Amino acid sequence: MNIPHLLQQLHGGEARGVARAISLVEDQLPGAEQLLAGLDRQRIEKVLILGLTGPPGAGKSTLTGELVGVLRRQDIRVGIIAIDPSSPISGGALLGDRIRMMQHALDPDVVIRSMATRGRLGGLCGSAGAAARIMAASGCRVVILETVGIGQSEMDIVRLADLTALVLAPGFGDDIQAMKAGILEVADLLVVNKADQAGARRLQLDMGTVFSDPGDREDRICATVASEGAGIETLMERIFFFEQLYRQDGRLQERRRRSFTLETLDWATEMVKARLQEKMKTPRFECVEPRQAALELVRGLVNEKVNYKKI
Amino acid sequence: MKKYRVLIGKPGLDGHDRGAKFIARALRDAGFEVIYTGIRRTPDEIAAAAIHEDVAAVGLSSMSGGHVRLFPAVVDALSRAGASDIPVLGGGIIPAEDVPAMIEAGIRQIFTPGTKVETIIAAFTEACAQQHGQRE
Repeated sequence: MNIPHLLQQLHGGEARGVARAISLVEDQLPGAEQLLAGLDRQRIEKVLILGLTGPPGAGKSTLTGELVGVLRRQDIRVGIIAIDPSSPISGGALLGDRIRMMQHALDPDVVIRSMATRGRLGGLCGSAGAAARIMAASGCRVVILETVGIGQSEMDIVRLADLTALVLAPGFGDDIQAMKAGILEVADLLVVNKADQAGARRLQLDMGTVFSDPGDREDRICATVASEGAGIETLMERIFFFEQLYRQDGRLQERRRRSFTLETLDWATEMVKARLQEKMKTPRFECVEPRQAALELVRGLVNEKVNYKKI
Repeated sequence: MKKYRVLIGKPGLDGHDRGAKFIARALRDAGFEVIYTGIRRTPDEIAAAAIHEDVAAVGLSSMSGGHVRLFPAVVDALSRAGASDIPVLGGGIIPAEDVPAMIEAGIRQIFTPGTKVETIIAAFTEACAQQHGQRE
């Protein structure tokens, strides 16, 4: 793969270059490091990585499609990374988020990429983060990371974002209860979508208690009807407002540092896991217990001379 | 196994998507990452999505006779977008006499009703492997 050429293509905003670059990183092919190191840092500095999460059916994809519409009317180039789970059985995935964003399919300044979780221990978070930076380097001012906020790996993706909006809809009672422990703690904004349906107002009031600071509580909760495009512009304004605030008070920079650590650990885990799996192919240890076997395996790994070419 | 990404789409006004969804699920169960675009897409939309998603193959479905014009139009759209290396496969209610013209127009393979799903999966696997082989 000709990395300088690929970098030139993607910095020029060419769809194919951007797509190929993301594949290179996602498939962990040779040249990925070189490519990522060559990305335009100034553009990465300027981008807003917006996490959009919520239970399935809350309207995330429709909302994303509408937010993209608002951004495009302001002539802002935008990237979308839509993450869906892979089947743990077959390893395959059905990625259908594009269906709700097809109105932007022919816009060269809307970059949409579907990504499967691939059932990895690590790597997903790293791939998604890298994809967001590739999109930023291609000129996207906003990159939306859309994912179901349930489960550890999805939570990690959410933590990659500079700002996270949790999308809820009335009638999801138990789901929301289940999410409370994790995702509600990291949400910066709450979107009550399908706000024209019964129970929306109550949900909005319930959710008010999530934010400890009563001062800006009102600003952090938005009501939308994504299918009709209602409330979207206000939501986008709030998003930009909080981006500005977080850049000024240093929260955004602090989150970028945190996500750097998170992604590093994620890649390292993925690399070590691959080595471990390779070592497992020739079991030389005579252990009756997995824990014991694991200890021997790790000891062997620590003592071995690492062949960096291999990872 | 290498992860292959494929796109399944329905060009034109035909809304009969059972076949497309069936194939999408079968490919997923065979370990593919399937991007499904839904019904009523234009050839240009399908080509753009295929490029953005960096798929190794495109599968089209048609049940209403639109294939004659629309399947070649997708091949055309890909070619215009500089992605003639992405193979296009098609299936649905395709009369046998239309098949040679489809192949002539650049469709890699046509699957008619009754084709075994294993045959279709094997054809996608082969098309994807070939496309990946062409990548630098």
